[in-house]
Formats: sequence, structure tokens, C-alpha cells
Amino acid sequence: MFRFQSFHMYGIIGSAVAVGMISVFLIKRFKIKTIFGEEVKIEPKKYHKGFFIGGTLFGLGWAMTGACPGPLFALAGNGYGVIVIAILSALLGTFTYGILKNRLPH
Amino acid sequence: MYCFHLKLSIENLGLNINMLELLKQSWPWYITGPMIGLMVPTLLLLGNKPFGLSSSLKHICAMCAPVKVDFFDYDWKNESWNLVLVFGIFLGGFIAGNYLNPTVEISSVTVKDLGTMGVNGLDGILPADIFSWNNLLSADGFILIVIGGFLVGFGTRYADGCTSGHAIMGLSIMNWSSLIAVIGFFVGGLVMTHLLLPLILKL
Repeated sequence: MFRFQSFHMYGIIGSAVAVGMISVFLIKRFKIKTIFGEEVKIEPKKYHKGFFIGGTLFGLGWAMTGACPGPLFALAGNGYGVIVIAILSALLGTFTYGILKNRLPH
Repeated sequence: MYCFHLKLSIENLGLNINMLELLKQSWPWYITGPMIGLMVPTLLLLGNKPFGLSSSLKHICAMCAPVKVDFFDYDWKNESWNLVLVFGIFLGGFIAGNYLNPTVEISSVTVKDLGTMGVNGLDGILPADIFSWNNLLSADGFILIVIGGFLVGFGTRYADGCTSGHAIMGLSIMNWSSLIAVIGFFVGGLVMTHLLLPLILKL
């Protein structure tokens, strides 16, 4: 994807965002409720410096493993056993963040 | 009447065989992208759940944490829907791998570029040269799989989301600060792909 030699990933993300945006618009416009009759409440994530710093670190990892969290699980199901190591390592990474959080810029 | 029924059944059979063949090919982006996008309204309407996948790693940590860490000190059971989602993804991968097994079409330019860096065996979804148990213990395999995985887990948590939570969900709800996260993803991805990967693959 990062070589810009194939449209595929951009097509997927672009069309996913388009469908997501349209559906959120429709939900708000027609005040569509959840199946339990509750009002749909959308809480945007609150910005902090980690969005960019963490985002870049994730980007490095994404280009290395070729996957973001969802695909890691899909690949494991697909039969790429060694990806389980990547998942375990990702869990370690998440855990490490939890420990170091207060010492990192936000 | 009988001939008419026979003709219909033969035609139906033809249609069924075609459907299966269609499903077994690689699904195009304009099918899979919108399917992913539909996760946003589906999860909202099923119970006000925000679409996001990296949080699953956080919940698994909270579930299994050997020591008490404030960040993981919450009731992960409230978020078990997310773990069900992840199991579904795993199951989807399993079904696709065992019953559909599509052929992957990688751009020929990419195949050539990767070839010059010593990466061949591009028939599957992942390059077998790199992503195999054998290669885990070699320098490039270890770096890409273990350190790469670590960065995915660490980075997504630090950014409070991944491509699902920020690029798809964040942008769908027009939370423009998610765009900053997406820019970060790209900076990281481009630096790795163009500057660092060629070096790592030489190891």
C-alpha cells in the first residue's frame, strides 16, 4: 500500500469511510434508534499527542507485519500460525504502553 | 411440465456453481470496503458500540494481566462484545482460508520490487519467505514479526486506536482529530516501507 503501486487498500479504506459517513449521517438525520430503543450516542475520541506519536509507531509496525490488529486475527484464522507470535508481541506492546503511559507525552 | 422443471434445475445448478466460483475469487475492494464500512452503523444500532479493533488487545491484557496496572484496571467484561467481534474475525479468516482460498493478485511492479530485496514466494496472502516459523529466528523475520507486532500493539494503544477506530470510525463520525492519527499511520508506514524495510530485508 505504501508503495502506491496498487489501488486496492485505498479503495477498501475509502469506500469503508464513505459508507460509514453516509450511515452515520442517516442515523443522525432520521434519529434512528438502537434495537433496544436507545438514542444513538456518538462519543468522539479526545485528542492528545499520542494520536500522532503512537500513530507513527503503529504505522511502522503496520508496514512491518503487513497488518493492523483486525487482520492479525484474520490471518491467524486463515492458518498463518506464526502470526500468533505477532499477536502475542502486540499484546506485550499494549501492556508495555499501560506500564509506561504516565511517562509518555500526551 | 417435467421438462420445464428439469431445465430449471439445471439452470439453478449452473447459477449455484457460478456463485461459489465467484465467492472463491479475491473479493474486490468495492465489495469488501463497504462491508467493512457497514460495521459502523451495525455496531451503533446493535447497542451504541464504537467500531474499533485495537481495543481488543487492551481487553485481553486486562483479562490476563499478571500484575495490577491502573490502565488495565477496569471491568473488561463490559467490553466482551469486542472480543466476540475479534473471534468473528478469526472465524471469518478460518472460513476464507479453508473453504474459499482466493488467489491474491499483487501488482507486478510490487512483485518485482520485493524480488530485488530478496523477497519471493508471493503466492499466498503473506510472503512465505518472511512469515514462516523457520524465518522467525532469522534477523529479518524476528524484527518484522516480533518487533513489528510490538509496535502495532504499543502504537495503537498510544494513539488510542488503529485504522478501524480512527480511519474508519473516527472519520465516519467526523472526528477530525482522527485524521491526525491517520497521518501518523502514513508517516510511519512510508518511513518503514521506503527507508527501513530495504535495510531490514538485507539482514
